[in-house]
Amino acid sequence: MAIRSACLSLGLIIALAVAGPAQAEVGGGKVETQKWSFGGIFGNYDRAQLQRGFQVMKENCAACHSLEYVYFRNLGEPGGPEFSVEEVKALAADVEVIDGPDDAGDMFERPGLPSDLMPPPFANDNAARASNGGALPPDLSVIAKSRTYKRGFPNWVFDLFTGYQEQGTDYLYALLTGYEEAPADFAVLEGLSYNTVFPGHQIAMPAPLFEDGIEYNDGTKATVEQMARDVSAFLMWAAEPHLEARKRIGFQVIIFLIIFAGLFYATKRKIWSRVKH
Amino acid sequence: MAIEFKNPVLKWIEYRLPIFSFINDSVGTNYPTPRNLNYWWNFGSLAGVVLGILIVTGIFLAMNYTANVDYAFISVERIMRDVNYGWLLRYLHMNGGSMFFILVYIHMFRGMYYGSYKAPRELLWMIGVFLLLAMMATAFVGYVLPWGQMSFWGATVITNLFSAIPLIGESIVTWLWGGFSVDNPTLNRFFAFHYLLPFIIFGLVVVHIWALHVHKSNNPLGIDPKGPEDMIPFHPYYTIKDIFGMAVFMVFFLWFVFFAPDFFGEADNYIEANPMVTPTHIVPEWYFLPFYAILRAFTVDFLWIPAKLWGVIGMFGSVLILLFLPWLDRSKVRSAKFRPYYRMAFWIFFANSLVLGYVGSQPPEGFLITLGQWATGYYFAYFVIIIPLVSLLEPARVLPDSIAQAVMKPVAAETGEGR
Repeated sequence: MAIRSACLSLGLIIALAVAGPAQAEVGGGKVETQKWSFGGIFGNYDRAQLQRGFQVMKENCAACHSLEYVYFRNLGEPGGPEFSVEEVKALAADVEVIDGPDDAGDMFERPGLPSDLMPPPFANDNAARASNGGALPPDLSVIAKSRTYKRGFPNWVFDLFTGYQEQGTDYLYALLTGYEEAPADFAVLEGLSYNTVFPGHQIAMPAPLFEDGIEYNDGTKATVEQMARDVSAFLMWAAEPHLEARKRIGFQVIIFLIIFAGLFYATKRKIWSRVKH
Repeated sequence: MAIEFKNPVLKWIEYRLPIFSFINDSVGTNYPTPRNLNYWWNFGSLAGVVLGILIVTGIFLAMNYTANVDYAFISVERIMRDVNYGWLLRYLHMNGGSMFFILVYIHMFRGMYYGSYKAPRELLWMIGVFLLLAMMATAFVGYVLPWGQMSFWGATVITNLFSAIPLIGESIVTWLWGGFSVDNPTLNRFFAFHYLLPFIIFGLVVVHIWALHVHKSNNPLGIDPKGPEDMIPFHPYYTIKDIFGMAVFMVFFLWFVFFAPDFFGEADNYIEANPMVTPTHIVPEWYFLPFYAILRAFTVDFLWIPAKLWGVIGMFGSVLILLFLPWLDRSKVRSAKFRPYYRMAFWIFFANSLVLGYVGSQPPEGFLITLGQWATGYYFAYFVIIIPLVSLLEPARVLPDSIAQAVMKPVAAETGEGR
C-alpha cells in the first residue's frame, strides 16, 4: 500500500510537472535531433571537439559575433576545451585589448592576458549594425541556451527522463547547415538569406561556413557539417561551462539520496510496526 | 506540558524558557496526530523545507546579484560562471520555485479532496490561500530579476493588467512601475519585494501551523478523533515518515537541478531584456498558466465591463474564490471517500485545471479559445454551482465510528489508505 501511494504521489507530481511547461514557438522548419557527446545524463564534452569549435569561433564567427561573458582563462579550466596554460596565454596574447586609463589619463592597447574577457569585434551595437547591413549579430555566450525549437508532445515528457537538454545545439547545427536556395515561390528580401530553420526563413547572416573555410589544427577535414557540429558544441560549453561538474555531482547526490531513502524507508517500517495502521 | 530534566543546564533553561516542551508539544511525542494519515499528508512539511531552501539559496544569490538594468542579466551569468557553485545555487533556486508550486498545489488538492477546509479549519485554509497569493506575488517579481526577455515582457504584460481598472488604472500602473515603462525603478523595487515577501510567507506559515495545531490534522476518513486510541504521537511516527518522504522528494527535485535544470524555464529568458523586441509568444511560468488561461478566456465586453477587465476579475477571482470554499460546501462530511458525487466533480475539476494549464501555454487561436472558455466556465461553476448543489443533494454514506475502529477492521470501512 505504501508503495502504491508513493507511486501515485509520484505519478501525480509528474502529471503536474508535465502539464505545465510551455513550448516556445520558433516557427521555422524541422530541426533534427543530433548526437552530442554531452547529450543526456551521462554526456560530457569532447575536448578535441571543443578545441576545434573554438577554432571555428575564432577564425570564422568572431569577425562579427562577440563572446562577451567568456574569459580566456575559461579555455583552460577543467570541464572545457582544456587548453594548456601556455596555449591559453598564447591565445590571449594574440589579441590586443584596450586598457587604461594610464597615469597620463590615456587609454592604451596591450596584448591580452588570460584574465581578459574576449574582446568584441565592434566597439558598440551601432558599429556592429553599420557593418552588417543594419542587423545586429547576437552575442554568442549563451546562444546555445537561448535558442530552441518546438519539441512537441510527447517528446518533451521523455526529455525529462533522458535529460535531453540539447535543443539549443540541435537548433544551431540545423541553422548553420540549413542554408539553401529559396524555393521558387519564396521571395527573399535584398540582403537576406534563405534558411530552412530560421523563423520566417529569412536570416540576415549570410551562410557563414564553407567547405575548407578553415584549416583545423588537428587535421580534421573541415566540412560544413563538421564545423557546424564543432562550433555548436563549443557554444554549448560557452553557455554551460559547469555542465560536467553538474552531472558528476548530480550522480553522487542522486545515488546517495536513493540509498538514504531506502534506509529511511526501512526505519519507517520498523517504527510503524509498533502500531496497527 | 513541562518536561522534567535531570540535566541541570536543560532544567535551568526549561524553567526560564520552556523551549524543549514547546518543541515536544509541536512536533514531538506530545503532539497527537491521527494514526491514519497517508502520504498525501507529507506535502505540507515538504513545502516548508523547500521554502527554507529557497530562502537560503536566495540570500546567497542576493549577495552576488546586481539589481540594475545594465548589470542584472550579466550578474546572473557571473553567478552561473564565476561564483563557486553559483550554478548550483541558481538552479536550486529556479527549480525550487517550481517545486514549491508543485508541492503546494498537491497540498491544496489534498485539502480539497479530504475536506480539510471544513469547520473547524476554515481559517487554516484561508491562511493557506493568502500563502498562495503571497507565493504568486513572490514568484512573479522574482522571475523579473534575471532581466531576460521573458522577465521583461512578462512583467510588462502582467503589470499592464492593472490598467484595466476604471479611472485609476493607468495611474496605478505608473505607480507600480515607478515610471512610464518597466525599467530600472521597477527592477529595484521588485528586488526589494522579492527579498521581503518570503519572510511574510514565513510568518504566514507560522500562523498556518499555529492554526493547524489547535485542531490537529484532518485525516483521510475526515472524521474527528474520538479519543487517544485514534491518535499516535507525531514523533517518531510522522517525523520518520516525513523524512522518508523528504528523501524521495529530493530525488525528484534534484533530478531537475542536475539533469534538466532548464526544463521549467524559457529559452527566451537567456536573451537579455530588450524593450525594442517583443518575443513572438509571451508565456508566464508554468504555475501561472491555468490563471493565465482564465485571464484570456474573456473575449467579449458584457454588462458594461470591457473584456480585459473581466479577464482580470476572473483571474484574481479564481484564486480569491478559494477563500469562500468552506462556506460554499454545505456538506458536513469531510472526506471525498464518503462522497461519491463530490469525488467525481473533484476529479473533473482536477483534470479541468490541467486543461486550463495547457490552454494557457498555447497561443490563443481557434478551438483553444473555446476550450479555455469552457474550462474557465467549469472552474467557476465547480465552486458556485456544483459544490453547493452536490453538498445539498448528495446521499451521505455511513461514516465509520472512529479512526481506530476503521483501522482495526479495514473490511468494515474501506480504509485502504491507512498506511
